[in-house]
Amino acid sequence: MTIDLFFQYLLAGISYGIIYGIVAVGFNIIYNTTGIINFAQGEFVMLGGMIAVSLTAVLPLPLAVAGAVLITMVIGALMEIIFIRWLDNPSVLRMIIITIGLSILTREAALHIWGENIRSLPYFYGDELTTIEIGSVRVPPQILWVIGICSVMVAGLSLFFKITPLGREMRACAANRTAATLCGINARNMVTFSFMLSAGIGALAGCVMSPITYTQYDIGTGLAIKGFTVAILGGLGNSLAAVAAGLLLGVIEAFSITVVPLAFQDAIAITILLIILFLRPHGIFGSSEAAGLKEF
Amino acid sequence: MKQAMGKVVLAVAALALMTVAQASAGTIKIGAILAETGPAGFLGKPEVKTLQMLTEQINAAGGIAGNKVEMIIKDSGGAKEKAVSFAKQLIEEEKVFAILGPTRSGSTMAIKNICEQAKTILISCASTKKIVDPVAKYVFKTPQNDSLAVRKIFEEMQKQKIDKIAVVVGGTGFGKMGKMFMNKLAPEYKITILANEVYSPKATDLSALVTKLMANKEIQAVVNWSIVPAQTILAKNMRQAGWDAKLFQSHGFGNIKYVEAGGKAMEGIIFPAGRLLIADTLPDNHPQKKVLTSYKKAYEEKYKEPVSTFGGHAYDAFMILKTAVEKAGGPDKEKVRAAIETLTFAGTGGVFKFSPEDHSGLSIDAFEMMTVKDGKFVKYQ
Repeated sequence: MTIDLFFQYLLAGISYGIIYGIVAVGFNIIYNTTGIINFAQGEFVMLGGMIAVSLTAVLPLPLAVAGAVLITMVIGALMEIIFIRWLDNPSVLRMIIITIGLSILTREAALHIWGENIRSLPYFYGDELTTIEIGSVRVPPQILWVIGICSVMVAGLSLFFKITPLGREMRACAANRTAATLCGINARNMVTFSFMLSAGIGALAGCVMSPITYTQYDIGTGLAIKGFTVAILGGLGNSLAAVAAGLLLGVIEAFSITVVPLAFQDAIAITILLIILFLRPHGIFGSSEAAGLKEF
Repeated sequence: MKQAMGKVVLAVAALALMTVAQASAGTIKIGAILAETGPAGFLGKPEVKTLQMLTEQINAAGGIAGNKVEMIIKDSGGAKEKAVSFAKQLIEEEKVFAILGPTRSGSTMAIKNICEQAKTILISCASTKKIVDPVAKYVFKTPQNDSLAVRKIFEEMQKQKIDKIAVVVGGTGFGKMGKMFMNKLAPEYKITILANEVYSPKATDLSALVTKLMANKEIQAVVNWSIVPAQTILAKNMRQAGWDAKLFQSHGFGNIKYVEAGGKAMEGIIFPAGRLLIADTLPDNHPQKKVLTSYKKAYEEKYKEPVSTFGGHAYDAFMILKTAVEKAGGPDKEKVRAAIETLTFAGTGGVFKFSPEDHSGLSIDAFEMMTVKDGKFVKYQ
């Protein structure tokens, strides 16, 4: 394996991995604030891409992307308000079933609205053939956009949660909801806002990866499974760990084809998930104490 | 008086029933199981549109042998399980005369035995040779055999002195059959397969695979066998990596939407296909010219989109059924089945010559080698 090959595989792995990481971050945001695993997370990514493609017919690309992110955030908020808000202390299992149902609903709605064709946004820079040479590695510029925008999102979210008042309020809700309410934080609104935030980052990821991977009405499920795997891998609730775990999984998948036939690539992800769940259920970076305090 | 009235009412009712019975005796029910939505939608949608268009045309012209055609189209979504349940429904509840489709090889193999045991004629729009090998008495197909497509590609490779290739296929029934035939027939053409890979049909990025293949500098060409979006994604990944090895695709590539989705990366792809895509350039005395140009004109006028070879397979299936029913004198399953077996028919996929041993009817010269130039399909010179 030469250095060039190594970097090509690494790059492929990073580009898969960072998408998984973003989906996992979306899972974590909602989980942290509400304890719910939102299996409709993959659908937000799909919606972002689809809505952006529809908007490019009337708006220039950057506005179409921004518009898609905003509309998906509104959809996320509506989902929470209509289906989840009025539930009174629901059990975890009930919430999981509800979010799975929402994911199916969104998927079928997308099928009706946009059909089953694959769509993609135009490349943000250049077209299908442009590549940039970094050293001896050829990189399509879109991959750099994906890595760049996702990194900015992760950094932005870390800052948001650490510094801004709203971010701190959300962390308070995550730590202890009753105490947060007693402090005057409107927990219900925090829940809605967490859905909006997750939807927004999912949508942006969907837009930026759409020229490479194409968007289709049913890409949500596969992404949700991989994203959930990565979230568990890193330790449920820990966003930075999720991104790290995502990169790790992506790189493992990319390098795996040098030793195993390509047909087994998806099996690798699931095998790793199973191993982690057996050996370290709280994830690579999670701590068993913290995991013990949470109900899920 | 009341008794007389009662008898009159009864008589009128009996008369009415007889007329109704006579009216429905003049209808042929044909079922179709096609993948209108789902991953094979690029293939299924043109097939559905073609059947709808033909049903209208044929009924307007008086039907088949005087019988009106009732076309019942079911959307399998490309899923085997749905194909199986629709097949049972069409045979047992709707009691159709024949079934056209399914779109996909996997779905066809799933219902082959069901139709054979129910003695219902099945004319499939899927391409794998296994549909007609071993021959089932009631099962036919219209696309060219995938084994023939492989041979056509290998012949072309011999001409270009390509003898070391990589084979990549999608993990579907169609893909795996292609891999099987390629590995089986390669030694005959003195071609060595250096890499054999199967990718997930849902794969959204194949750049890791391209890296692996590129590392083997001996590979002169890549053959990709799939119908899913991966056809486009693989080409893009190859060209983005700067790899200019020749890319051959299967005859599952014959829909211009794949080319539109992939843009410039699709230039130069070589694949075998029926002559429908180059109908206008055929000489006037070519046996297929009339069928091809009239189907192309009617379809493009009605639906305002270019024809694809897949719609052509559905056209052939329906027209073969129609011709056989007319030849047999009416919708008698046994007679029609036997009539198909002796039929010679110039269709969109080629000139069919069926026989009791050959339920596919097409030979290797049903194929033309095509390529993509400036975003259009042209004949490969």
